[in-house]
Amino acid sequence: MIYRAPTCAGCRIGVAALVVEATITLTVDGEERTATVDTRVTLLDLLREHLAQASAKKGCDHGQCGSCTVLLNGRRVTTCLAFAVQHDGAEITTAAGVGSAEAPHPVQRAFLDHDGFQCGYCTPGQICSAVGMLAELEAGWPSHVTTDVASAPARTREEIRERMSGNLCRCGAYVNIVAAIEQAAER
Amino acid sequence: MKAFAFERPRDAEAAVALVANRPGAAFLGGGTNLVDHMKLGIASPELLVDVTRLPFDTVEELDGRVVRIGAAVRNSDLSAHPLIRERYPVLSEALVAGASGQLRNLATTAGNLLQRTRCVYFQDRTTPCNKRAPGSGCSAIGGYSRELAILGASEHCIATHPSDMAVAMAVLEAVVQVQGPDGSRSIPIGELHRLPGDEPERDTTLAHGELITAVDLPPVAGVSAYRKVRDRASFAFALVSVAALLDVADGKVADVRIALGGVAHKPWRAETAEAHLRGGPISEDAFRAAAEAELEAAAPIGEEAFKVPLARNTIVAVLRDLSERS
Repeated sequence: MIYRAPTCAGCRIGVAALVVEATITLTVDGEERTATVDTRVTLLDLLREHLAQASAKKGCDHGQCGSCTVLLNGRRVTTCLAFAVQHDGAEITTAAGVGSAEAPHPVQRAFLDHDGFQCGYCTPGQICSAVGMLAELEAGWPSHVTTDVASAPARTREEIRERMSGNLCRCGAYVNIVAAIEQAAER
Repeated sequence: MKAFAFERPRDAEAAVALVANRPGAAFLGGGTNLVDHMKLGIASPELLVDVTRLPFDTVEELDGRVVRIGAAVRNSDLSAHPLIRERYPVLSEALVAGASGQLRNLATTAGNLLQRTRCVYFQDRTTPCNKRAPGSGCSAIGGYSRELAILGASEHCIATHPSDMAVAMAVLEAVVQVQGPDGSRSIPIGELHRLPGDEPERDTTLAHGELITAVDLPPVAGVSAYRKVRDRASFAFALVSVAALLDVADGKVADVRIALGGVAHKPWRAETAEAHLRGGPISEDAFRAAAEAELEAAAPIGEEAFKVPLARNTIVAVLRDLSERS
Protein backbone atom coordinates (compact mmCIF):
# COMPACT_ATOMS: atom_id res chain seq x y z
CA MET A 1 0.00 0.00 0.00
CA ILE A 2 1.33 3.41 -0.97
CA TYR A 3 0.09 6.46 0.89
CA ARG A 4 0.83 9.85 -0.59
CA ALA A 5 -0.47 13.39 -0.47
CA PRO A 6 -1.07 14.50 -4.03
CA THR A 7 1.01 17.40 -5.25
CA CYS A 8 -0.66 20.09 -7.25
CA ALA A 9 1.74 22.74 -8.53
CA GLY A 10 -0.99 24.93 -9.95
CA CYS A 11 -3.29 24.71 -6.95
CA ARG A 12 -3.55 27.73 -4.70
CA ILE A 13 -5.49 25.85 -2.09
CA GLY A 14 -3.64 23.09 -0.31
CA VAL A 15 -4.72 19.56 -1.23
CA ALA A 16 -5.56 17.95 2.07
CA ALA A 17 -6.98 14.66 0.82
CA LEU A 18 -4.83 11.60 1.11
CA VAL A 19 -4.53 9.36 -1.93
CA VAL A 20 -4.06 5.69 -1.25
CA GLU A 21 -2.75 3.43 -3.97
CA ALA A 22 -2.28 -0.30 -4.18
CA THR A 23 -0.40 -2.51 -6.61
CA ILE A 24 -2.66 -5.21 -7.97
CA THR A 25 -1.84 -8.24 -10.08
CA LEU A 26 -4.62 -10.05 -11.91
CA THR A 27 -4.95 -12.52 -14.73
CA VAL A 28 -7.12 -10.98 -17.44
CA ASP A 29 -8.15 -13.25 -20.31
CA GLY A 30 -5.18 -15.49 -19.61
CA GLU A 31 -2.59 -12.74 -19.36
CA GLU A 32 -1.00 -11.60 -16.08
CA ARG A 33 -1.44 -7.85 -15.61
CA THR A 34 -0.13 -5.55 -12.87
CA ALA A 35 -1.22 -1.99 -12.12
CA THR A 36 -0.80 0.52 -9.31
CA VAL A 37 -4.13 2.23 -8.79
CA ASP A 38 -6.09 4.31 -6.29
CA THR A 39 -8.02 2.08 -3.88
CA ARG A 40 -11.21 3.74 -5.15
CA VAL A 41 -10.84 2.16 -8.60
CA THR A 42 -13.43 -0.51 -9.30
CA LEU A 43 -12.64 -3.70 -11.17
CA LEU A 44 -14.59 -2.26 -14.10
CA ASP A 45 -12.53 0.93 -14.22
CA LEU A 46 -9.32 -1.04 -13.71
CA LEU A 47 -10.12 -3.10 -16.80
CA ARG A 48 -11.32 -0.24 -18.97
CA GLU A 49 -9.18 2.70 -17.90
CA HIS A 50 -5.96 1.16 -16.62
CA LEU A 51 -5.56 -2.11 -18.52
CA ALA A 52 -7.10 -1.01 -21.84
CA GLN A 53 -9.49 -3.97 -21.81
CA ALA A 54 -12.81 -2.34 -22.73
CA SER A 55 -14.89 -5.47 -23.32
CA ALA A 56 -16.87 -5.05 -20.07
CA LYS A 57 -19.16 -2.02 -20.46
CA LYS A 58 -20.18 0.70 -18.03
CA GLY A 59 -23.93 1.09 -17.99
CA CYS A 60 -25.56 2.09 -14.71
CA ASP A 61 -22.39 1.74 -12.57
CA HIS A 62 -24.66 0.67 -9.66
CA GLY A 63 -25.07 -3.09 -10.14
CA GLN A 64 -28.46 -2.82 -11.75
CA CYS A 65 -27.90 -3.36 -15.49
CA GLY A 66 -25.34 -6.16 -15.79
CA SER A 67 -23.39 -4.65 -18.70
CA CYS A 68 -20.13 -4.85 -16.69
CA THR A 69 -20.47 -8.60 -16.03
CA VAL A 70 -17.30 -10.69 -16.26
CA LEU A 71 -16.27 -14.09 -14.92
CA LEU A 72 -14.32 -13.60 -11.68
CA ASN A 73 -12.55 -16.82 -10.75
CA GLY A 74 -15.07 -18.54 -13.04
CA ARG A 75 -18.20 -16.95 -11.58
CA ARG A 76 -20.27 -14.16 -13.10
CA VAL A 77 -20.18 -10.88 -11.17
CA THR A 78 -20.86 -7.20 -11.78
CA THR A 79 -17.49 -5.43 -11.73
CA CYS A 80 -18.85 -1.94 -11.02
CA LEU A 81 -19.53 -2.76 -7.34
CA ALA A 82 -16.17 -4.38 -6.63
CA PHE A 83 -13.05 -2.45 -5.68
CA ALA A 84 -10.08 -3.77 -7.65
CA VAL A 85 -7.88 -3.83 -4.52
CA GLN A 86 -10.20 -6.41 -2.93
CA HIS A 87 -9.64 -8.80 -5.83
CA ASP A 88 -5.84 -8.81 -6.03
CA GLY A 89 -4.75 -12.16 -7.45
CA ALA A 90 -8.06 -12.93 -9.14
CA GLU A 91 -8.56 -14.51 -12.52
CA ILE A 92 -10.85 -12.51 -14.79
CA THR A 93 -12.38 -13.58 -18.06
CA THR A 94 -14.16 -10.96 -20.14
CA ALA A 95 -16.34 -11.60 -23.19
CA ALA A 96 -13.20 -10.97 -25.24
CA GLY A 97 -11.57 -13.92 -23.51
CA VAL A 98 -14.29 -16.59 -23.51
CA GLY A 99 -13.68 -17.25 -27.23
CA SER A 100 -12.00 -15.77 -30.25
CA ALA A 101 -13.06 -14.56 -33.69
CA GLU A 102 -11.72 -17.82 -35.15
CA ALA A 103 -13.15 -20.05 -32.44
CA PRO A 104 -16.11 -18.34 -30.76
CA HIS A 105 -17.55 -19.75 -27.57
CA PRO A 106 -20.83 -21.65 -28.19
CA VAL A 107 -22.68 -18.80 -26.44
CA GLN A 108 -21.06 -16.24 -28.77
CA ARG A 109 -21.84 -18.42 -31.82
CA ALA A 110 -25.47 -18.69 -30.66
CA PHE A 111 -25.81 -14.90 -30.21
CA LEU A 112 -24.68 -14.50 -33.85
CA ASP A 113 -27.01 -17.26 -35.07
CA HIS A 114 -30.04 -15.74 -33.33
CA ASP A 115 -29.28 -12.01 -33.63
CA GLY A 116 -29.11 -11.82 -29.86
CA PHE A 117 -28.32 -8.11 -29.91
CA GLN A 118 -29.14 -4.86 -31.61
CA CYS A 119 -26.82 -1.99 -30.58
CA GLY A 120 -24.47 -4.46 -28.89
CA TYR A 121 -23.62 -2.42 -25.81
CA CYS A 122 -25.03 -4.94 -23.31
CA THR A 123 -23.73 -7.94 -25.30
CA PRO A 124 -20.37 -8.56 -23.57
CA GLY A 125 -22.18 -8.60 -20.22
CA GLN A 126 -24.93 -10.82 -21.61
CA ILE A 127 -22.31 -13.26 -22.97
CA CYS A 128 -20.39 -13.50 -19.69
CA SER A 129 -23.59 -13.75 -17.68
CA ALA A 130 -24.92 -16.52 -19.94
CA VAL A 131 -21.65 -18.49 -19.70
CA GLY A 132 -21.66 -18.18 -15.90
CA MET A 133 -25.39 -18.89 -15.68
CA LEU A 134 -25.15 -22.10 -17.74
CA ALA A 135 -22.41 -23.33 -15.42
CA GLU A 136 -24.65 -22.59 -12.41
CA LEU A 137 -27.53 -24.47 -14.07
CA GLU A 138 -25.19 -27.37 -14.87
CA ALA A 139 -24.10 -27.43 -11.21
CA GLY A 140 -27.76 -27.74 -10.21
CA TRP A 141 -28.16 -24.40 -8.44
CA PRO A 142 -31.83 -23.57 -7.81
CA SER A 143 -33.47 -20.34 -8.98
CA HIS A 144 -36.58 -18.38 -8.08
CA VAL A 145 -38.63 -20.35 -10.65
CA THR A 146 -37.35 -23.79 -9.63
CA THR A 147 -40.48 -25.56 -8.35
CA ASP A 148 -38.66 -27.52 -5.64
CA VAL A 149 -35.37 -25.96 -4.53
CA ALA A 150 -34.22 -29.34 -3.20
CA SER A 151 -34.32 -30.88 -6.68
CA ALA A 152 -32.16 -30.20 -9.73
CA PRO A 153 -33.54 -27.43 -11.96
CA ALA A 154 -34.69 -28.18 -15.51
CA ARG A 155 -33.08 -26.40 -18.45
CA THR A 156 -36.21 -24.50 -19.46
CA ARG A 157 -36.83 -21.15 -21.12
CA GLU A 158 -38.42 -19.97 -17.86
CA GLU A 159 -35.24 -20.83 -15.93
CA ILE A 160 -33.07 -18.98 -18.48
CA ARG A 161 -35.25 -15.87 -18.34
CA GLU A 162 -35.23 -15.75 -14.54
CA ARG A 163 -31.48 -16.36 -14.29
CA MET A 164 -30.71 -13.62 -16.86
CA SER A 165 -32.80 -10.96 -15.10
CA GLY A 166 -29.64 -9.16 -13.97
CA ASN A 167 -28.81 -8.19 -17.56
CA LEU A 168 -30.84 -5.42 -19.14
CA CYS A 169 -31.08 -4.82 -22.90
CA ARG A 170 -32.57 -1.43 -23.69
CA CYS A 171 -32.98 -2.40 -27.34
CA GLY A 172 -35.24 -5.20 -26.14
CA ALA A 173 -33.46 -8.09 -27.87
CA TYR A 174 -34.57 -10.42 -25.08
CA VAL A 175 -36.49 -12.87 -27.25
CA ASN A 176 -33.43 -13.56 -29.40
CA ILE A 177 -31.10 -13.56 -26.37
CA VAL A 178 -33.17 -16.30 -24.74
CA ALA A 179 -33.28 -18.27 -28.00
CA ALA A 180 -29.50 -17.96 -28.31
CA ILE A 181 -28.90 -19.19 -24.78
CA GLU A 182 -31.29 -22.09 -25.34
CA GLN A 183 -29.23 -23.13 -28.35
CA ALA A 184 -25.97 -22.85 -26.40
CA ALA A 185 -27.46 -24.79 -23.48
CA GLU A 186 -28.25 -27.73 -25.75
CA ARG A 187 -24.59 -28.27 -26.59
CA MET B 1 -15.68 9.35 -3.31
CA LYS B 2 -13.28 10.03 -0.48
CA ALA B 3 -9.94 8.22 -0.43
CA PHE B 4 -9.72 5.22 1.86
CA ALA B 5 -7.07 2.84 3.10
CA PHE B 6 -7.52 -0.90 2.67
CA GLU B 7 -6.48 -3.73 4.95
CA ARG B 8 -6.88 -7.48 4.71
CA PRO B 9 -6.22 -8.85 8.21
CA ARG B 10 -5.29 -12.48 8.78
CA ASP B 11 -7.87 -13.26 11.42
CA ALA B 12 -11.07 -12.01 13.03
CA GLU B 13 -9.27 -10.59 16.08
CA ALA B 14 -7.14 -8.34 13.89
CA ALA B 15 -10.16 -7.32 11.80
CA VAL B 16 -12.15 -6.38 14.90
CA ALA B 17 -9.22 -4.42 16.37
CA LEU B 18 -8.73 -2.47 13.13
CA VAL B 19 -12.38 -1.36 12.98
CA ALA B 20 -13.12 -0.99 16.69
CA ASN B 21 -10.25 1.46 17.15
CA ARG B 22 -11.24 3.75 14.28
CA PRO B 23 -14.67 5.41 14.10
CA GLY B 24 -14.21 5.88 10.35
CA ALA B 25 -13.42 2.24 9.61
CA ALA B 26 -15.83 -0.31 8.15
CA PHE B 27 -15.83 -4.01 7.36
CA LEU B 28 -16.05 -4.83 3.65
CA GLY B 29 -17.88 -7.97 2.51
CA GLY B 30 -19.05 -8.49 -1.06
CA GLY B 31 -19.38 -4.74 -1.48
CA THR B 32 -22.67 -4.81 -3.38
CA ASN B 33 -24.29 -2.35 -0.96
CA LEU B 34 -21.37 -0.50 0.67
CA VAL B 35 -19.50 0.25 -2.57
CA ASP B 36 -22.74 1.63 -4.02
CA HIS B 37 -23.18 3.84 -0.93
CA MET B 38 -19.64 5.14 -1.31
CA LYS B 39 -20.37 6.04 -4.94
CA LEU B 40 -23.57 7.79 -3.88
CA GLY B 41 -21.69 9.73 -1.22
CA ILE B 42 -23.80 8.40 1.63
CA ALA B 43 -20.95 6.40 3.19
CA SER B 44 -17.34 7.57 3.33
CA PRO B 45 -15.20 5.19 5.38
CA GLU B 46 -11.54 6.13 5.75
CA LEU B 47 -10.50 2.49 6.14
CA LEU B 48 -12.04 -0.62 4.61
CA VAL B 49 -11.23 -3.92 6.29
CA ASP B 50 -11.77 -6.83 3.90
CA VAL B 51 -13.30 -9.77 5.78
CA THR B 52 -14.14 -11.96 2.78
CA ARG B 53 -10.96 -14.01 3.04
CA LEU B 54 -11.33 -14.82 6.75
CA PRO B 55 -12.05 -18.51 7.38
CA PHE B 56 -15.83 -18.05 7.62
CA ASP B 57 -16.69 -19.39 4.19
CA THR B 58 -18.23 -22.78 4.94
CA VAL B 59 -21.63 -24.27 5.78
CA GLU B 60 -21.29 -27.10 8.26
CA GLU B 61 -23.30 -29.19 10.68
CA LEU B 62 -22.47 -28.82 14.37
CA ASP B 63 -23.56 -31.02 17.28
CA GLY B 64 -27.30 -31.11 17.87
CA ARG B 65 -28.05 -30.82 14.14
CA VAL B 66 -27.35 -27.08 14.20
CA VAL B 67 -26.19 -25.81 10.80
CA ARG B 68 -23.55 -23.08 10.98
CA ILE B 69 -23.32 -20.67 8.05
CA GLY B 70 -20.05 -18.77 7.82
CA ALA B 71 -20.46 -15.01 7.57
CA ALA B 72 -18.47 -14.84 4.32
CA VAL B 73 -20.48 -17.55 2.51
CA ARG B 74 -21.78 -16.01 -0.70
CA ASN B 75 -25.56 -15.81 -1.15
CA SER B 76 -25.41 -18.03 -4.25
CA ASP B 77 -23.40 -20.74 -2.49
CA LEU B 78 -25.76 -20.66 0.48
CA SER B 79 -28.89 -20.97 -1.69
CA ALA B 80 -27.35 -23.93 -3.52
CA HIS B 81 -25.99 -25.77 -0.48
CA PRO B 82 -27.55 -29.25 -0.04
CA LEU B 83 -28.04 -28.81 3.74
CA ILE B 84 -29.99 -25.58 3.16
CA ARG B 85 -32.04 -26.85 0.20
CA GLU B 86 -33.08 -30.01 2.02
CA ARG B 87 -33.59 -28.80 5.60
CA TYR B 88 -34.35 -25.10 5.23
CA PRO B 89 -35.97 -24.64 1.80
CA VAL B 90 -37.51 -21.35 2.98
CA LEU B 91 -33.99 -19.92 3.22
CA SER B 92 -32.93 -21.15 -0.19
CA GLU B 93 -36.16 -19.75 -1.69
CA ALA B 94 -35.63 -16.38 -0.02
CA LEU B 95 -32.04 -16.13 -1.26
CA VAL B 96 -32.89 -16.84 -4.90
CA ALA B 97 -35.75 -14.32 -4.71
CA GLY B 98 -33.21 -11.58 -3.98
CA ALA B 99 -30.98 -9.52 -6.29
CA SER B 100 -29.52 -11.01 -9.50
CA GLY B 101 -27.25 -13.98 -10.19
CA GLN B 102 -24.22 -11.69 -10.47
CA LEU B 103 -24.92 -9.93 -7.17
CA ARG B 104 -25.63 -13.18 -5.31
CA ASN B 105 -22.17 -14.40 -6.39
CA LEU B 106 -20.61 -11.44 -4.54
CA ALA B 107 -22.95 -10.75 -1.61
CA THR B 108 -22.13 -12.43 1.71
CA THR B 109 -24.33 -13.77 4.50
CA ALA B 110 -23.30 -11.07 7.00
CA GLY B 111 -23.42 -8.35 4.37
CA ASN B 112 -26.96 -9.37 3.43
CA LEU B 113 -28.03 -9.01 7.08
CA LEU B 114 -26.35 -5.61 7.32
CA GLN B 115 -27.55 -4.12 4.02
CA ARG B 116 -29.36 -0.83 4.43
CA THR B 117 -32.77 0.40 3.38
CA ARG B 118 -33.53 1.13 -0.27
CA CYS B 119 -35.71 4.13 0.70
CA VAL B 120 -35.06 6.55 -2.17
CA TYR B 121 -34.49 9.46 0.20
CA PHE B 122 -31.88 7.58 2.22
CA GLN B 123 -29.98 7.01 -1.03
CA ASP B 124 -30.27 10.64 -2.18
CA ARG B 125 -28.04 12.92 -0.14
CA THR B 126 -29.74 16.05 -1.49
CA THR B 127 -32.86 15.28 0.57
CA PRO B 128 -33.47 15.26 4.34
CA CYS B 129 -33.29 11.80 5.93
CA ASN B 130 -33.06 11.02 9.62
CA LYS B 131 -31.37 7.69 8.96
CA ARG B 132 -28.58 9.24 6.86
CA ALA B 133 -28.39 12.65 8.55
CA PRO B 134 -29.96 12.43 12.04
CA GLY B 135 -32.22 15.36 12.82
CA SER B 136 -32.61 16.48 9.21
CA GLY B 137 -36.18 15.17 8.92
CA CYS B 138 -37.93 12.39 7.01
CA SER B 139 -38.71 13.09 3.34
CA ALA B 140 -40.63 9.84 2.97
CA ILE B 141 -43.38 10.90 5.39
CA GLY B 142 -45.73 12.65 3.01
CA GLY B 143 -43.47 11.73 0.07
CA TYR B 144 -42.87 8.68 -2.11
CA SER B 145 -43.54 5.85 0.30
CA ARG B 146 -45.19 2.92 -1.47
CA GLU B 147 -42.20 0.70 -0.67
CA LEU B 148 -42.02 1.73 2.98
CA ALA B 149 -43.21 0.56 6.38
CA ILE B 150 -46.71 -0.21 7.63
CA LEU B 151 -45.61 -1.73 10.96
CA GLY B 152 -43.33 -0.49 13.73
CA ALA B 153 -42.41 2.82 12.09
CA SER B 154 -41.81 6.05 14.00
CA GLU B 155 -42.40 9.73 13.37
CA HIS B 156 -38.70 9.92 12.46
CA CYS B 157 -38.41 7.10 9.93
CA ILE B 158 -40.62 4.76 7.89
CA ALA B 159 -37.81 2.84 6.16
CA THR B 160 -38.03 -0.90 5.50
CA HIS B 161 -35.30 -3.52 5.75
CA PRO B 162 -34.69 -4.83 2.23
CA SER B 163 -33.38 -8.35 2.89
CA ASP B 164 -35.22 -11.49 1.80
CA MET B 165 -32.70 -13.80 3.47
CA ALA B 166 -33.18 -12.20 6.89
CA VAL B 167 -36.95 -12.79 6.73
CA ALA B 168 -36.39 -16.52 6.25
CA MET B 169 -33.82 -16.52 9.05
CA ALA B 170 -36.42 -14.88 11.32
CA VAL B 171 -38.80 -17.85 11.01
CA LEU B 172 -35.89 -20.25 11.41
CA GLU B 173 -34.98 -18.50 14.69
CA ALA B 174 -31.38 -18.19 13.59
CA VAL B 175 -28.70 -17.15 16.05
CA VAL B 176 -26.11 -14.60 14.93
CA GLN B 177 -22.56 -15.16 16.20
CA VAL B 178 -20.66 -11.94 16.77
CA GLN B 179 -17.07 -11.19 17.70
CA GLY B 180 -16.23 -7.86 19.29
CA PRO B 181 -13.29 -6.19 20.99
CA ASP B 182 -14.43 -7.61 24.36
CA GLY B 183 -15.10 -11.16 23.16
CA SER B 184 -17.88 -12.97 21.38
CA ARG B 185 -21.63 -13.13 21.90
CA SER B 186 -24.73 -14.74 20.36
CA ILE B 187 -27.70 -12.65 19.24
CA PRO B 188 -31.11 -14.17 18.40
CA ILE B 189 -31.95 -12.94 14.89
CA GLY B 190 -35.04 -11.15 16.23
CA GLU B 191 -32.79 -8.96 18.37
CA LEU B 192 -30.23 -8.11 15.68
CA HIS B 193 -32.28 -5.54 13.77
CA ARG B 194 -34.15 -2.78 15.57
CA LEU B 195 -37.15 -0.55 15.02
CA PRO B 196 -36.34 3.07 14.13
CA GLY B 197 -37.74 4.81 17.24
CA ASP B 198 -35.86 8.07 17.73
CA GLU B 199 -32.55 6.62 16.50
CA PRO B 200 -33.29 5.58 12.90
CA GLU B 201 -29.58 5.89 12.06
CA ARG B 202 -29.05 2.63 13.94
CA ASP B 203 -30.20 -0.36 11.90
CA THR B 204 -28.97 -3.00 14.32
CA THR B 205 -27.98 -3.60 17.93
CA LEU B 206 -24.34 -4.21 16.96
CA ALA B 207 -21.68 -1.90 18.38
CA HIS B 208 -19.05 -0.36 16.10
CA GLY B 209 -16.33 -2.93 15.58
CA GLU B 210 -18.50 -5.97 16.25
CA LEU B 211 -18.08 -8.50 13.44
CA ILE B 212 -20.64 -11.14 12.47
CA THR B 213 -18.73 -14.41 12.11
CA ALA B 214 -21.55 -16.93 11.56
CA VAL B 215 -25.29 -17.55 11.57
CA ASP B 216 -26.53 -20.74 13.26
CA LEU B 217 -29.76 -22.49 12.25
CA PRO B 218 -31.35 -24.80 14.82
CA PRO B 219 -33.25 -27.88 13.59
CA VAL B 220 -36.90 -27.28 12.62
CA ALA B 221 -39.99 -29.44 12.05
CA GLY B 222 -42.74 -28.94 9.49
CA VAL B 223 -42.90 -27.46 6.01
CA SER B 224 -41.72 -23.98 5.07
CA ALA B 225 -41.94 -21.54 2.19
CA TYR B 226 -41.05 -18.00 1.12
CA ARG B 227 -43.28 -15.89 -1.09
CA LYS B 228 -42.29 -12.49 -2.43
CA VAL B 229 -44.64 -9.94 -4.00
CA ARG B 230 -42.97 -7.24 -6.09
CA ASP B 231 -43.55 -4.85 -8.96
CA ARG B 232 -41.89 -7.12 -11.52
CA ALA B 233 -41.26 -10.85 -11.72
CA SER B 234 -37.53 -10.74 -10.98
CA PHE B 235 -34.68 -8.54 -9.67
CA ALA B 236 -36.80 -6.18 -7.53
CA PHE B 237 -37.19 -5.57 -3.82
CA ALA B 238 -40.25 -6.90 -2.01
CA LEU B 239 -43.39 -4.86 -1.57
CA VAL B 240 -44.43 -7.58 0.83
CA SER B 241 -42.87 -10.97 1.47
CA VAL B 242 -43.87 -13.80 3.77
CA ALA B 243 -41.71 -16.57 5.20
CA ALA B 244 -43.63 -19.23 7.08
CA LEU B 245 -43.14 -22.57 8.71
CA LEU B 246 -46.09 -24.85 9.53
CA ASP B 247 -46.07 -28.06 11.54
CA VAL B 248 -49.37 -29.92 11.59
CA ALA B 249 -50.29 -32.71 14.04
CA ASP B 250 -53.70 -34.41 14.40
CA GLY B 251 -55.26 -31.94 11.98
CA LYS B 252 -54.28 -28.96 14.12
CA VAL B 253 -51.49 -26.41 14.11
CA ALA B 254 -48.74 -27.89 16.26
CA ASP B 255 -46.39 -25.03 15.46
CA VAL B 256 -46.41 -22.07 13.13
CA ARG B 257 -43.94 -19.27 12.53
CA ILE B 258 -44.53 -16.31 10.24
CA ALA B 259 -42.25 -13.41 9.32
CA LEU B 260 -42.95 -10.51 6.98
CA GLY B 261 -40.50 -8.63 4.76
CA GLY B 262 -40.90 -5.24 3.11
CA VAL B 263 -43.24 -3.95 5.81
CA ALA B 264 -41.01 -2.78 8.67
CA HIS B 265 -37.57 -1.51 9.71
CA LYS B 266 -36.70 -5.13 10.53
CA PRO B 267 -37.90 -8.58 9.47
CA TRP B 268 -41.31 -8.59 11.17
CA ARG B 269 -42.06 -11.70 13.19
CA ALA B 270 -45.86 -12.02 13.22
CA GLU B 271 -46.19 -13.29 16.79
CA THR B 272 -49.79 -12.15 17.19
CA ALA B 273 -50.85 -14.18 14.16
CA GLU B 274 -48.82 -17.16 15.36
CA ALA B 275 -50.49 -17.08 18.81
CA HIS B 276 -53.91 -17.01 17.12
CA LEU B 277 -53.10 -20.09 15.08
CA ARG B 278 -51.10 -22.29 17.46
CA GLY B 279 -53.13 -25.28 18.64
CA GLY B 280 -56.05 -24.24 16.44
CA PRO B 281 -57.68 -25.59 13.28
CA ILE B 282 -56.26 -25.57 9.76
CA SER B 283 -58.65 -23.41 7.78
CA GLU B 284 -58.65 -20.42 5.50
CA ASP B 285 -60.89 -18.57 7.96
CA ALA B 286 -58.40 -19.15 10.76
CA PHE B 287 -55.51 -18.00 8.57
CA ARG B 288 -57.39 -14.83 7.61
CA ALA B 289 -58.41 -14.03 11.18
CA ALA B 290 -54.83 -14.48 12.35
CA ALA B 291 -53.45 -12.25 9.59
CA GLU B 292 -56.03 -9.58 10.37
CA ALA B 293 -55.17 -9.73 14.07
CA GLU B 294 -51.50 -9.19 13.23
CA LEU B 295 -52.25 -6.28 10.93
CA GLU B 296 -54.46 -4.47 13.42
CA ALA B 297 -51.21 -2.78 14.46
CA ALA B 298 -50.57 -1.57 10.90
CA ALA B 299 -50.47 2.22 10.70
CA PRO B 300 -49.86 3.31 7.11
CA ILE B 301 -49.76 7.06 6.63
CA GLY B 302 -49.47 7.37 2.86
CA GLU B 303 -49.31 5.47 -0.39
CA GLU B 304 -48.01 2.33 1.35
CA ALA B 305 -51.53 1.61 2.67
CA PHE B 306 -52.15 -0.96 -0.10
CA LYS B 307 -49.64 -3.20 1.62
CA VAL B 308 -52.02 -3.96 4.49
CA PRO B 309 -54.46 -6.06 2.43
CA LEU B 310 -51.53 -7.31 0.34
CA ALA B 311 -49.77 -8.61 3.46
CA ARG B 312 -53.00 -10.19 4.74
CA ASN B 313 -53.65 -11.97 1.44
CA THR B 314 -50.04 -13.13 1.12
CA ILE B 315 -50.02 -14.57 4.66
CA VAL B 316 -53.25 -16.46 3.90
CA ALA B 317 -51.92 -17.72 0.55
CA VAL B 318 -48.66 -19.00 2.03
CA LEU B 319 -50.39 -20.74 4.94
CA ARG B 320 -52.90 -22.32 2.55
CA ASP B 321 -50.06 -23.65 0.37
CA LEU B 322 -48.22 -25.02 3.40
CA SER B 323 -51.35 -26.66 4.83
CA GLU B 324 -51.98 -28.40 1.51
CA ARG B 325 -48.43 -29.78 1.63
CA SER B 326 -48.73 -30.90 5.28
